[in-house]
Amino acid sequence: MQVGGAAAAGRSLLRIMLLIRLVEERIGELVSAGEIKTPCHLSIGQEAIAAGVCAALSRQDTVWGGHRSHGHYLAKGGDLPEMMAEVFGRVTGCSKGRGGSMHLVAPAQGLYGTVPLVGATIPLAVGAGLASKLRHEPHVAVAFFGDGATEEGHFHESLNLAALYRLPVLFVCENNFYSTHMPLSARRLKDNIVQAADAAGMPGIRLDGNDALAVRDGATQAVAQARAGAGPCLLECRTYRWRGHVGPAWDLEVGERRRSELDEWMPKDPILRLRRRLIEEGLSVEDLDALEPAVRGEIEAAVTFARESPLPDDSDLFRHVYAPRRT
Amino acid sequence: MRQFTYAQAIREAHAELLRHDPRVFVCGQGVWNPWYAGKSLLDLDKEFGRERVFDCPVSENATTGAAIGAAIVGMRPIVFHARMDFMLLAVDPIVNQAANWSYLFGGQVSVPVVIRSVINRGGEQGAQHSQALQALFAHVPGLKVVMPATPYDAKGLLVAAVRDGNPVLYLDDRWLYDSEGDVPEGLYEVPIGSGVIRRSGKKVTVVATSYMAAEAVKAAETLAQRGIDVELIDLRTIKPWDRDLVYSSVGKTGRLVIADAAWMSGGIAADIAAAVAGDIFHALKAPIVRVCLPDVPAPTSAVLEQAYYVGAKDIVASVEKVLL
Repeated sequence: MQVGGAAAAGRSLLRIMLLIRLVEERIGELVSAGEIKTPCHLSIGQEAIAAGVCAALSRQDTVWGGHRSHGHYLAKGGDLPEMMAEVFGRVTGCSKGRGGSMHLVAPAQGLYGTVPLVGATIPLAVGAGLASKLRHEPHVAVAFFGDGATEEGHFHESLNLAALYRLPVLFVCENNFYSTHMPLSARRLKDNIVQAADAAGMPGIRLDGNDALAVRDGATQAVAQARAGAGPCLLECRTYRWRGHVGPAWDLEVGERRRSELDEWMPKDPILRLRRRLIEEGLSVEDLDALEPAVRGEIEAAVTFARESPLPDDSDLFRHVYAPRRT
Repeated sequence: MRQFTYAQAIREAHAELLRHDPRVFVCGQGVWNPWYAGKSLLDLDKEFGRERVFDCPVSENATTGAAIGAAIVGMRPIVFHARMDFMLLAVDPIVNQAANWSYLFGGQVSVPVVIRSVINRGGEQGAQHSQALQALFAHVPGLKVVMPATPYDAKGLLVAAVRDGNPVLYLDDRWLYDSEGDVPEGLYEVPIGSGVIRRSGKKVTVVATSYMAAEAVKAAETLAQRGIDVELIDLRTIKPWDRDLVYSSVGKTGRLVIADAAWMSGGIAADIAAAVAGDIFHALKAPIVRVCLPDVPAPTSAVLEQAYYVGAKDIVASVEKVLL
């Protein structure tokens, strides 16, 4: 079937969300099977945010993430077999087997680094925005972080700096209402993260984080303004993490509310929602159904690549503590 | 040769780096104000513009993190902390981020940032304006730590730090700002990791850092008048420190005094003493003596400051002790 530009873009958005979902489900299985040992934080249920924001970016725009960043890596164009090999701790991994799930990188794609210190890459993204400004380049820097990170001081410091210097930075808060086991309501009196933007002097926009098209359109607008020199923006994308903080478990023991919250949020599945929307817009069911087997094939090929890749050599321990001199 | 003060030498290094490398910028709290930086950054904003030389809000963490992020994408930032104590608010970006990124991403990312801080002792400033925390940062793999003691090294080490390609902590000492010395024109480097013999001698090796290297020069003169001939090493780089130079000197003298104006416990002097004792114990003719600050916070009262800080006379006494 011939599809128009908008429909093709929607289809590619759906493909990347499906990729993130199925990769993470597969990683979850491999964690349960004991084949993957590194802590893996799954973003199942939150895929629309990584996919939607990254759909608004060019390759030279930089993305900075956290501990739950498989989705950011994949949506920004990171190589799937290299990510899988990384999670397996293999030398062919995107971080050469030194990072595991929590330290992903794909510099050629502008995915500069994801690290688990909560919100630690937020000021780094500000620095990338600063570099764009000083070099008069149009590139935007995007910091992805969770609602927990907004309780860190560096979040507020970074918003202020970016606003003060009018830097091309998008602060993307994936508010999944949990910081590990702690619900938002136990951590702050008000559900008002987005208001931090106003205090810093930048626009703050609350988006339905399970609506991939709304996220993409909101991000597209914010990116255009940042490129035009209008400065940073905070996007609060409201969503829900289906699985527990780390690993494939559902964390139902966290409390009664977890069950009822899942009952509320799972029907809002961002993938089903986008799929319905695309079908309404004329894409064929057969066409969309064909995505899943193709994606599963890619994932199994990545798992095979990871399994067959060598582990690091002992001598690798001492490499790269320092970079070679580059004047 | 031109005579410059230590502060002028630091300023000239900044100016020449800004002039010759468009990737260099200078940020941090107080860069527009001599009250913070002495003459070490004087009018750089007027000369190079406030876009490349910019004063910052009191946000040590985000400012340092931003410098690190800019370095990761190819800039060569120098981020300034007017008091080392305040830099502790930036320990996450320095220790967790800058130090780790090359390693944890398998060498695909590097962090060519210079984190400059002033050790700002004395003047009844007390515990939170006076700390010399070089050992804290020297402990961390992935960081380099330099501490110039002369105007020549102040300029050459800053140039080397910016060009190194790794996170380098550049720690200068307010008590050295008015000291004078030869400073050549142009961009020259003092190699990181290389100490220097300030005075050759046969009896005792004195290894000193930063301000204590200047004090050690005075101590060596006093000792020479008493017929005691010391070999004085200015370490210049704390991490990685120059093992070859220290070992060859101790191999010759058999006696070692280490002077570092920071706390004794867990300090750089402890690291040097342990390395010498572990690697060339056979060369030692006497126990190693450390001249360091006592393990108490910096006091405020001038009377207590007198008792707290160490200087040339302590080095003299320690050298005499290892010769007993």
